[in-house]
Amino acid sequence: MKAGTNLEKILESGRFAVTAEAGPPKGASAAVIQRKGELLRHCCDAVNVTDNQTAIVRMSSLAGCVLLKQLGVEPVMQMVCRDKNRIAIQSDVLGAVALGIGNILCLSGDHQKFGNHPTAKNVFDIDSIQLIQTLKNMRDEKKFLCGEDISGEVPLFIGAAANPYADPFEFRVVRLAKKVKAGVDFIQTQAVYDVAKFARWMEMVTERGLDKEVHILAGLIPIRSVGMARYMRDYVSGVSVPDEILTRMEQAKDAKEEGARIILEIIEQVKEIPGVHGVHIMAVGWEDVIPQVVEQAGLLPRPVL
Amino acid sequence: MKTITEQKPFDEIKAALGEAEKVYLVGCGTCATMCHTGGKSELLGMKDKVETIGKKVTGWMVIPTACDELTRDALIESAEDIEAADCILVMACAFGVQTVTLYLNKPVYPALNTLFIGREESPGCFTEVCMQCGSCVLAKTAGICPLVRCAKSLLNGPCGGSVDGKCEISPDTSCAWQLIYDRLAAQGQLDKLEEIEPIKDWSTSQSGGPRKVTL
Repeated sequence: MKAGTNLEKILESGRFAVTAEAGPPKGASAAVIQRKGELLRHCCDAVNVTDNQTAIVRMSSLAGCVLLKQLGVEPVMQMVCRDKNRIAIQSDVLGAVALGIGNILCLSGDHQKFGNHPTAKNVFDIDSIQLIQTLKNMRDEKKFLCGEDISGEVPLFIGAAANPYADPFEFRVVRLAKKVKAGVDFIQTQAVYDVAKFARWMEMVTERGLDKEVHILAGLIPIRSVGMARYMRDYVSGVSVPDEILTRMEQAKDAKEEGARIILEIIEQVKEIPGVHGVHIMAVGWEDVIPQVVEQAGLLPRPVL
Repeated sequence: MKTITEQKPFDEIKAALGEAEKVYLVGCGTCATMCHTGGKSELLGMKDKVETIGKKVTGWMVIPTACDELTRDALIESAEDIEAADCILVMACAFGVQTVTLYLNKPVYPALNTLFIGREESPGCFTEVCMQCGSCVLAKTAGICPLVRCAKSLLNGPCGGSVDGKCEISPDTSCAWQLIYDRLAAQGQLDKLEEIEPIKDWSTSQSGGPRKVTL
């Protein structure tokens, strides 16, 4: 075991993992995170806490993770390269581990142009692949990037993202291979709607044998309205929503019901794709749907290891 | 090398001029003329604007290359008109402004924002090519700089926001890594993208403090 987190145990035991996402509030209320934690605790193995997603200032991921931890819910701390240099990053990793956080997800981060502080100076001192390397180096070599020794252990289960829908398509598997080479342990993908394209990507992944080296969790974003479907298609960076899904949402009598059904169908399909070791449900602002979907997908109860 | 500039909002120029009553204008015959920000016609336009707010322009000149040391001689030649002014307003890049500052004791104010080192892709369209990071990566990136042309300065290939050759920040912005990918593909060098580009040493850039080279 690298960090001995629940997520690591589930994945290493060959079980199908379920993770979810809890976005922190635009405020200092612990209750927001706690409510999401309570809702999700029995239906997933770990909960991601986003790091100022879409460059909108929210409660820090580290604080959100600690709040979940206090409830007994296992967190995945998301960390983006946009806002911190290598000094702050390594410092936050040590702090997170000291506070009992073992899963960290390495991301580049959405450009600040999308957020509520577009006049900010970004950092991007290192990129997401180099962030994976940094964490691996801290864990395995017990060294900072400068080569100096870290006192004690830095147990980490290292995650990263992958987007099979971004371009160039042929490069996507190469980028995953680079993340594997950098030392990533698990991957949570961008939202899957076009299952056929995801399956093609997974085929390339398994051809290179990458599924043997990294656990891939298919990302899912439940759609609760036609408006959201259109918004996801038109404005969310790196997400591709096929016309078929849009039509289904448009024709549905009950949009929420249809949205839940679509996600359920996608789970059923991705579960059968070789190399997929779990799902990651990002129910932005609609966390209530997660317990129902996970149950209907036959993924409850979650194993206790 | 071309320094791309744009004129500051006139309110900002007006605020910088403050109480000064007499102004001398300096333009530049090289980059700023090419950018239509500091050539003769822009200088005359600025003269009108400055006069409109009740100030007197004691004189103006377009220095051939404002960043050059010959600027000193040009300023001496116009010493009389410059002496009569309370301040100098420079329509050149920040290099030109600082060169003029070097040779004059009067207040020197910039009329332009210095944007980047770039090239003219098509008439009137300038794009950034170099951030002067101090450790060039172009050998690995098909001669296309990801540090300035990728919005996140990524060194390991396109992020998940690259779609149809465009960057996630704008449909008008090409994804630098798509351009790099295409060029490497055409040259049969895609294997270069399999290697992880190590963490960059930024100490050679401005992050390392003011830079100086002594030959």
